[in-house]
Amino acid sequence: MEGAVAYESDLNLKATELRLGLPGSNESEKQTLLSVKSNKRASPEMAEECRSKSNSSISDAGNDGREAAPAAKAQVVGWPPIRSYRKNSFQTRKKDEETTGIYVKVSMDGAPYLRKIDIKVYKGYPELLKALEEMFKFTIGKYSEREGYNGSEYEPTYEDKDGDWMLVGDVPWDMFMSSCKRMRIMKGSEARGLGCTV
Amino acid sequence: MREDRAEMSEDEDRALDLGGGGPDASNKTESSGGSCGAGDSPSPFPDQVLDNVLEDVLRFLTSRRDRNAVSLVCKSWCMVEALTRSDLFIGNCYAVSPRRVVDRFRSVRSLLLKGKPRFADFNLVPPNWGSYFSPWVTAMAAAYPWLEKVYLKRMTVSDEDLGLLAHSFPGFKELVLVCCEGFGTSGLSVVASRCRQLRVLDLIEDEIMDDEVDWISCFPETGTCLESLIFDCVESLVNFIALERLVARSPSLRKLRLNRHVSIGQLHRLMVQAPQLTHLGTGSFSFSDLMVQGDQEPDLVSTFAASKSLICLSGFKDILPEYLPAIYPVCANLTSLNLSYANINAEQLKPVIYRCHKLQTFWVLDSVCDEGLQAVAATCKDLRELRVFPMEAREDIEGPVSEVGLLAISEGCRQLQSILYFCQRMTNAAVVAMSKNCPELVVFRLCIMGRHRPDHLTGEPMDEGFGAIIMNCKKLTRLAISGLLTDEAFSYIGTYGKLVRTLSVAFAGDSDMGLRYVLEGCPKLQKLEIRDSPFGDSALLSGLHHYYNMRFLWMSSCKLSPLGCKEIARRMPRLVVEVISYRDEETDDAVEVLYMYRSLEGPRNDAPKFVTIL
Repeated sequence: MEGAVAYESDLNLKATELRLGLPGSNESEKQTLLSVKSNKRASPEMAEECRSKSNSSISDAGNDGREAAPAAKAQVVGWPPIRSYRKNSFQTRKKDEETTGIYVKVSMDGAPYLRKIDIKVYKGYPELLKALEEMFKFTIGKYSEREGYNGSEYEPTYEDKDGDWMLVGDVPWDMFMSSCKRMRIMKGSEARGLGCTV
Repeated sequence: MREDRAEMSEDEDRALDLGGGGPDASNKTESSGGSCGAGDSPSPFPDQVLDNVLEDVLRFLTSRRDRNAVSLVCKSWCMVEALTRSDLFIGNCYAVSPRRVVDRFRSVRSLLLKGKPRFADFNLVPPNWGSYFSPWVTAMAAAYPWLEKVYLKRMTVSDEDLGLLAHSFPGFKELVLVCCEGFGTSGLSVVASRCRQLRVLDLIEDEIMDDEVDWISCFPETGTCLESLIFDCVESLVNFIALERLVARSPSLRKLRLNRHVSIGQLHRLMVQAPQLTHLGTGSFSFSDLMVQGDQEPDLVSTFAASKSLICLSGFKDILPEYLPAIYPVCANLTSLNLSYANINAEQLKPVIYRCHKLQTFWVLDSVCDEGLQAVAATCKDLRELRVFPMEAREDIEGPVSEVGLLAISEGCRQLQSILYFCQRMTNAAVVAMSKNCPELVVFRLCIMGRHRPDHLTGEPMDEGFGAIIMNCKKLTRLAISGLLTDEAFSYIGTYGKLVRTLSVAFAGDSDMGLRYVLEGCPKLQKLEIRDSPFGDSALLSGLHHYYNMRFLWMSSCKLSPLGCKEIARRMPRLVVEVISYRDEETDDAVEVLYMYRSLEGPRNDAPKFVTIL
């Protein structure tokens, strides 16, 4: 139904839309390719995000047949008759549901907010540490088995199943994932002490 | 969960909404509905006392059907009825114009307006088709300053419309928008701040633009009259602190349905503020990844235990199943439970459902499988409405629910009145069993997702199953059919479906006879929606005697030709015959979509290019 794409681009709303951006900016090309209607009136980032969402969607729901390839099993618009609202709820969540997450609280000394993160999304320590750095806006030093983390005030630690506080990185990643109950980014000398006990 | 207020339900009998007995009655009798009240100068009536008495009496008459009947008695009664009607129901916004409505009815307090055809929900109607609220709100702003309630379904509403509404009606109390689009959080903020008497703001399955306006903060600071706040369809983040404060200063709040950006910790805090809630939509029922230092795991169980008035639960949009047991304390009182966004299996459902003895309405995902449905059947003896939605809306998989679940439900839930069941496998035997076990069925909607799929055990068409439903369920008014179906199924519907008002057909039938059976056999038919079925012009012509009694007919991807549709339009002047095209070019090939409806106004003047009105 390629003619259908044409009407998707006819957003009369544009003339009266309320945006934070300047009225002149133009992302209409990207928007015509959307199958999932972007919720935000403007913002190219949203358009990009929506497009990548729809590309990675696994569900075959016929609803988005407009942009689905007409090959193989032909998908039919509007069949099965499920409202877009309901379909979209599952499309965005399907990725998250492939595995159940391992959620742990992460606190940092001196910061008012905790984060609860899913450590299962990280493939290993480097990724995890990078994410923590970004989240809490600090730098972690370089890790070595003997000396712990060098070059920074902060050291990431975690509490394991036995209630012991360990330095993040001391055990293999898989073991860490299964034993970590929560994390704390310690500051200062307290942290140093930990590194030596391992 | 969408609450079906009486006026919103598709299944109640609707006489022509404005009385008058149909467009062609207006010229025939004195008691015409169409002509009275439209600019008649008041002539002196012989018995003014009688009129005053009548006016007082009629104020007590609330049923629409009764009022329509009253308006047919004589001109005088018609006028008095028009003066005293306060609740207006307009099932098709194009059947009548705002001008005509405003001229006839002078003291309207409540308006219900429906717009697009239902298949618009499934993307079968291109955007910008119509159903604009603007002309209505403009007309009413001038005519009904005391307007209190507006219910809209499948209408296009703009922020400007909401702004006009908020500024025009000082006593405005209830706004309910179902399946609407065209507005955003800007419009909501104006309503929140200007409608100081607002009791109900229900946003149900709308598409709402995110203007990054903090509308939750716009409610009156000193306190609100809010009784119901439903915003589970709002996709944008809301300011939680503002929400918490809003709940705290809304002592009348009974219904609160949160969107999926409200985490389980935040839910807990809100519930503590509002233990008097009767209806709760739980938001995500999961964690956000940001929490304040020192937050404990919320003690949800105690909070639910303290919510002694809860009878309706929904939400669970991103559910962490291990937290589901928190709702145990309220299960025994629940009459309505919506788990249709919760991906849980049978084992996770069972401990919940085994506690829900009073449940009357249950919406669920097929992730619970036949086994989950068996648990429902074992416990919920008072179940009236069941909806089973598919996790994966695909045609080519085995599917987790089947005839086994349907059969179990039919055996356990004898009071069942309404069912919507999505599946990939079904048998005639199970459907026949349901027809016998559930005599109270009013609504039967079975969606076998594989197109043209037969009974998977016998290989037979599904004619016998649906035939049994229409034969045995004497109260049936709404039917949706699917699977492999021959003209035989339609023959059953035409023969036995004397009360059917709404019929949905997809990928069914062999020939024109199928449609003819229905058009000739179902005198109460009001709404007929058909897609991808081999019905052509001659079948269409067989319904001429009936089309003025219907609200609409929708036929898409059938075998209609432009000539055939033109013939209908020619023969039925009070019918608006729209041909909707998905492509830009005009074509003389088969008509893609036919949408036709009775109207007092003739062709509408706001039709887009892709709509041709014949």
